[in-house]
Amino acid sequence: MPKDSGIGASNKRREDIRFLTGTGNYTDDINLNGQAYAHIVRSDMAHGTINSIDVSAAEAIDGVVKVFTAADFEGVGGIPCGWQVTDRHGQPMQEPKHPILAEGKVRHVGDPICVIVAETAELARDAADALNIDITELPAVIDMKDALADGATKVHDDLTNNLCYDWGFGSEDLDAVQNAFDTAHHVTTLELKNNRLVANPMEPRVAVGDYARHSDESTLYTTSQNPHVIRLLMGAFVLGIPEHKLRVVAPDVGGGFGAKIYHYAEEAIVTFAAKALGRPVKWTSSRSEAFVSDAHGRDHVTKIELAMDKEGKFLAVRTDTHANMGAYLSTFAPSIPTWLHGTLMAGNYTTPLIHVNVKAVFTNTTPVDAYRGAGRPEATFQLERVIDKAAREMGMDPVEIRRKNFITEFPYATPVAVEYDTGDYHATMDALLAKSDHAGFEARAAQSKANGKLRGFGIAHYIEACGIAPSALVGQLGARAGLYESATVRVNATGGLVVMTGSHSHGQGHETSFAQVVAEMIGIDESMVEIVHGDTANTPMGMGTYGSRSLAVGGSALVRATEKIINKAKKVAAHLMEAAEGDIELKDGQFTVAGTDKSVAWGDVTLAAYVPHNYPLEEIEPGLEETAFYDPANFTYPSGAYGCEVEVDPETGKVTVLGFTAADDFGNVVNPMIVEGQVHGGLAQGIGQALLENCAYDENGQLISASYMDYAMPRADDLPNFTVDHSSVTPCTHNPLGVKGCGEAGAIGSPPALVNAVIDALQRGGHDVAHIDMPLTPGRVWAAMNG
Amino acid sequence: MYNFEFSKPSTVADAVAALASEDAQALGGGQTLLPTMKQRLAQPETLVSLTGIDELKGVCQGDNGAVVVGGATTHATVAADAAALYPALAALASHIGDPQVRNRGTIGGSLANNDPAACYPAAALGSGATITTNKRDIAADDYFQGMFTTALEEGEIITSVSFPVPEAANYQKFVQPASRFAMVGIFVAKYSDGVRVAVTGASEDGVYRWSEAEAALSSNFSASALSDLSVSSDGMITDLHATAAYRAHLVKVMTGRAVAAAS
Ligand SMILES: Cc1cc2nc3c(=O)[nH]c(=O)nc-3n(C[C@H](O)[C@H](O)[C@H](O)COP(=O)(O)OP(=O)(O)OC[C@H]3O[C@@H](n4cnc5c(N)ncnc54)[C@H](O)[C@@H]3O)c2cc1C
Repeated sequence: MPKDSGIGASNKRREDIRFLTGTGNYTDDINLNGQAYAHIVRSDMAHGTINSIDVSAAEAIDGVVKVFTAADFEGVGGIPCGWQVTDRHGQPMQEPKHPILAEGKVRHVGDPICVIVAETAELARDAADALNIDITELPAVIDMKDALADGATKVHDDLTNNLCYDWGFGSEDLDAVQNAFDTAHHVTTLELKNNRLVANPMEPRVAVGDYARHSDESTLYTTSQNPHVIRLLMGAFVLGIPEHKLRVVAPDVGGGFGAKIYHYAEEAIVTFAAKALGRPVKWTSSRSEAFVSDAHGRDHVTKIELAMDKEGKFLAVRTDTHANMGAYLSTFAPSIPTWLHGTLMAGNYTTPLIHVNVKAVFTNTTPVDAYRGAGRPEATFQLERVIDKAAREMGMDPVEIRRKNFITEFPYATPVAVEYDTGDYHATMDALLAKSDHAGFEARAAQSKANGKLRGFGIAHYIEACGIAPSALVGQLGARAGLYESATVRVNATGGLVVMTGSHSHGQGHETSFAQVVAEMIGIDESMVEIVHGDTANTPMGMGTYGSRSLAVGGSALVRATEKIINKAKKVAAHLMEAAEGDIELKDGQFTVAGTDKSVAWGDVTLAAYVPHNYPLEEIEPGLEETAFYDPANFTYPSGAYGCEVEVDPETGKVTVLGFTAADDFGNVVNPMIVEGQVHGGLAQGIGQALLENCAYDENGQLISASYMDYAMPRADDLPNFTVDHSSVTPCTHNPLGVKGCGEAGAIGSPPALVNAVIDALQRGGHDVAHIDMPLTPGRVWAAMNG
Repeated sequence: MYNFEFSKPSTVADAVAALASEDAQALGGGQTLLPTMKQRLAQPETLVSLTGIDELKGVCQGDNGAVVVGGATTHATVAADAAALYPALAALASHIGDPQVRNRGTIGGSLANNDPAACYPAAALGSGATITTNKRDIAADDYFQGMFTTALEEGEIITSVSFPVPEAANYQKFVQPASRFAMVGIFVAKYSDGVRVAVTGASEDGVYRWSEAEAALSSNFSASALSDLSVSSDGMITDLHATAAYRAHLVKVMTGRAVAAAS
């Protein structure tokens, strides 16, 4: 019987009432008294020297309040990078300054040059025509290999070259790796690209700055996945505002997908301008601006080699990746191709020797950072693609070759520095094969053939590291932050609870699922639990939401804080019932004394805590409010088997996705409906990457897919019905809920499954095609078939 | 978007008069013009809306049997009201954009704009339609003059478009995945005096007639009649979405499919 409340219940999302009735409170809904509007003037060149900026004519326009240039920001810091990667020689990465507004040079299309603040948004934009900005265009470096060539134009004059870092990782004994390749029965090699993407949350970024002269307090309302991180980065490193004088509010946020993790210039601009001008300042991104100013995702160029013995046992993996950083280092950019990618190169397999090489490269393009999955999709894609190719070259079944190499004993320490606590990869593979009717595939393929179509089935098995992350570990790896999470549980006198979490919900449904956890622990109705998030003024310092960390880390903090509440409440109950604390049991919101019929209700205890007439004041304080910070002991390791069935039209190369099955092991599941929804969203984005989305620059650094006319987002009719299964459960061994995280899985496992399916279809049709780079547009598939 | 004046006349004559003023521009459904203005790539002083003019709206059958569509008729209206009269035309209209676009965008706006990837130009050229303006009748063969270029003069309004109804016709649209305009669109129409094949989306010169296919199909209206033909990629569009060679290939494939599906 499915549960109808508490942990395991598919409750409808309570937040959807406001989202679906248009009563959400998004940042753009916030309009403050006396507010002025900022328009950001951005570079339309990829690279150039700013000779002069004359703002006088623009400032003279009636209604223009002020035009800011880099000179106005001389006293403030650049945008900090949150992670320092150390290269293979023990040297820190090259870290250029990232000014708020371009200083001396523009380095990518979209690089902000000036800010016009005016009485209306239209006026601010109109005034841009009156600016006189003289820029000499310089040659731009767009391609990563070109950027690393001798004598290449430098993106940053003060750096040695365009190499951010050259990082090597994995098996210490490189001779052993080389030897494995030299003596292997077979080596499969694959060169591929992981295409650059634009995150495209439905809500573009918005920032509203406010300053209260009476209290000297600044407030920033922003579309962020992690308001405390923005407060820390902007307050401490950019504007020099102490945290007690800076409040950051991220109200309802319409999707993030990673792009709203980072601290962006516009946040500092409106906060700074509000204080400078003594009035609130608002900036709302247009969709066109979002394309060139939101951090992009992926953009890896990789060569991967897999060495096998004659049975198909994996002996060694070696990879060589170029990872595009864009023109500046976005907040977490350096960590994505390294610690979130290299550490996953074991996949689900027992490969004993792994060597990962990554060169991170500056180019005259928009900065690149985490996008749903962040590093793990790139790892999974290359591994699952090369395994598929290897199976074909070895004449093995793609399921068989994976099963032969699956890790089956846990905990399992990989050669790439992580320890998987638990998993059952055969179980997820079994679930996939059953749910996708894999056995019936040949008959379906025959039917397609009779209709003149090519049908293919592709499999991918993924591992990801979620529940980011143990602070001490990431500190050693270069993180400039801790990655714990926090929760404060405030019980009111009448028994209702307000839970203030450091996690941030922007589509994940925390208000529903977090309430399920707390209500279940106490045994009260979920309607008595309110989840509050997104405002640094009323939530404890938290690190926010990304890396599928909210339930695993934030939920654990929630559990710890609720445990503290229950422990204290039991003391009060014991006092009220004149019993020993150890005999008190809490069930269904009633405290009882074991073995007796004595009981007091939850509400009696909470009232006593706030009206302590009869209360153990000599032992405990009145009130019922507890905070917990939780720092995870390890990452969590969700895994799963994904299967994609496609049909290719051999005349046009058009791929139709007929079916997609996701069999995931997320550990314990709090709300199966929300989890399924998260997987659906991830699959849509993964299929989007594999089939449609292509963020492309021309050789001059102009973004040629800069609107929805050219950037193809997945639409409902591009997608099949999804079959999602999470019946395979190996609970996480080190967090209290036994949960692993589900937010990114769909986007991680689906691209290789889809590409494997298309290659399978083509191979079955007699086309000897080994690989096609994403997105698999009809034109590319047709070209590959016609070789 | 820059500020502009707005007028909404109720007769063609008033519209023509309004369009005579400096930097005035006709507004159909605004599905092309308004996005361009929002990007500040167009800056008309005055917009003269044509959608308040009743005589420009609706679908009817003319005395000669042709289907006549008013210049300010929306795609949605054509999709519904031409379904019985000219099914291939109605089907084409029903696949333009999304419901919002179809309920705002008009045939006059589409033909005046002559986007090289638009659908209606293929129907007009493929049907040998007559484009009627406030001044004259223009044969489709004379009307389309390269991408975004037409025979229309400044201030000239498309009042109606007259489509001779063929014995059989079909439009095959192979969509560009992002915009879902035609990456290649083929309109095939079989008339008693011959077959017309119009190609949109493919050529750097905009919509054109594929005369070799017309000749082959006029003597044998079946997809197999195309088998010996080849389409050169010279002058075909290469962009992010498809190469010239691929577009040339699609022209042939989609023509075959249009013939097979023509009814
Ligand atoms: C999301 C989206 C998807 C689309 N998909 C497709 C598609 O798949 N296929 C397709 O063919 N089109 C597509 N379109 C374009 C759509 O069909 C437009 O409606 C059409 O191109 C322009 O028609 P309009 O009435 O909106 O013209 P407007 O945008 O109002 O005007 C366009 C131009 O025509 C002029 N004009 C308007 N009416 C007349 C007239 N009667 N006489 C003379 N000049 C006139 C205007 O002055 C202007 O220069 C799409 C548009 C959008 C926004």
